[in-house]
Amino acid sequence: MSVGAPVRITVNGEETTVPPGTTVALLLDALGTERRGIAVAVDGEVVIRRTWSERSLAPGEAVEILSIAQGG
Amino acid sequence: MVLTDPTAATSDDAAGDDPLVIAGHRFGSRLILGTGGAPNLDELERALIASGTEMTTVALRRVDPTAPGSLFAVLERTGIRALPNTAGCFTARDAVRTARLGREALDTPWVKLEVVADERTLLPDPHELLDAAEQLVDDGFVVLAYTNDDPVLARRLEDAGVAAVMPLGAPIGSGMGINNAYNLAMIVEQASVPVVLDAGVGTASDAALAMEIGCDAVLLATAVTRAREPVLMARAMRHAVEAGRLARRAGRIPRRRFAQASSPSEGLADLGPSPAPGAASPDAVSPWPTSSGGPPGAALSGPPPGIASSCGPPGAALPDAVPPGGASAGGPPGAGASS
Repeated sequence: MSVGAPVRITVNGEETTVPPGTTVALLLDALGTERRGIAVAVDGEVVIRRTWSERSLAPGEAVEILSIAQGG
Repeated sequence: MVLTDPTAATSDDAAGDDPLVIAGHRFGSRLILGTGGAPNLDELERALIASGTEMTTVALRRVDPTAPGSLFAVLERTGIRALPNTAGCFTARDAVRTARLGREALDTPWVKLEVVADERTLLPDPHELLDAAEQLVDDGFVVLAYTNDDPVLARRLEDAGVAAVMPLGAPIGSGMGINNAYNLAMIVEQASVPVVLDAGVGTASDAALAMEIGCDAVLLATAVTRAREPVLMARAMRHAVEAGRLARRAGRIPRRRFAQASSPSEGLADLGPSPAPGAASPDAVSPWPTSSGGPPGAALSGPPPGIASSCGPPGAALPDAVPPGGASAGGPPGAGASS
């Protein structure tokens, strides 16, 4: 992971900071999120599962991590 | 004497030769049970199993690390196919994005498309719905579209390429049953894709009626998950959908204004002279100004105007009057909401 200032992002509406170079996959690891039945969007665009480990997060980006939930 | 009824099919047999087919996929059950509203995952799992459903809707929401249990695990254990929805979306843009998230989360191109106009009614927004349906079909989705009980919109959705049209019986969660059986019958008559009654079902007879009108399946959630005994109601819905489907296939008798004896009128025993010489003949009490003396019932036995077949919505089952003040929880008017 590269050295530098922490990156300020928003995760599910809450501001947080992550180390520079943090990818979607690393963020999920850090949060301990169950990987099955979830989807991730960054700034409204879906990040395909197989690219989670390539997509790094830039300052100011808004990450949404969604899982299946009860619903009609 | 044969004591067993060779025509008595088990539920499995009934489904086995009469599958629901959506986008080439065969389902033995014509009941789609939503997961929304269940008090907990354990109750939900038991209701899902009791319902016999093979597909269940799920929503997409922000992950909640504090939420107990895993809905995904319930789906895995039961082997029930998940149908992600776009509930909570008010625009085509949001619905398309949510559908893509659902595809990603569950690795399925199937989506229950739901684009509503406002929180109070949760009625579909026709313009946004059609727009979203067109975009999603273009993007390769198998779209099951929750729609109004509007035959024109249903046709437009079908033209857009949806895999099923899912008209509401009444607003989501209202439990009011089928508010416009005539429109529903029109949608059924014109559709060349499966028609799934979605929303409004309050109790088993609503589901049976939908199937008798000719719907291919029923989708419901609240009626089961918020029933006092969800597992019992899930069983009731399973049987109601099966009964309604069988009745539809069997073909109901036409309605008649007057009685028609099912016992033969010939061969009656001679039991002596009538003791009542003053007894009125039927003609004497008939309020009908008949010229021939015959019963006028034949002219009234057909289906309601505008309904092509004897399978149209039964007039008697048109919406139960909801008394002003809405005291009833679905019971007959006057029964109140006690018990």
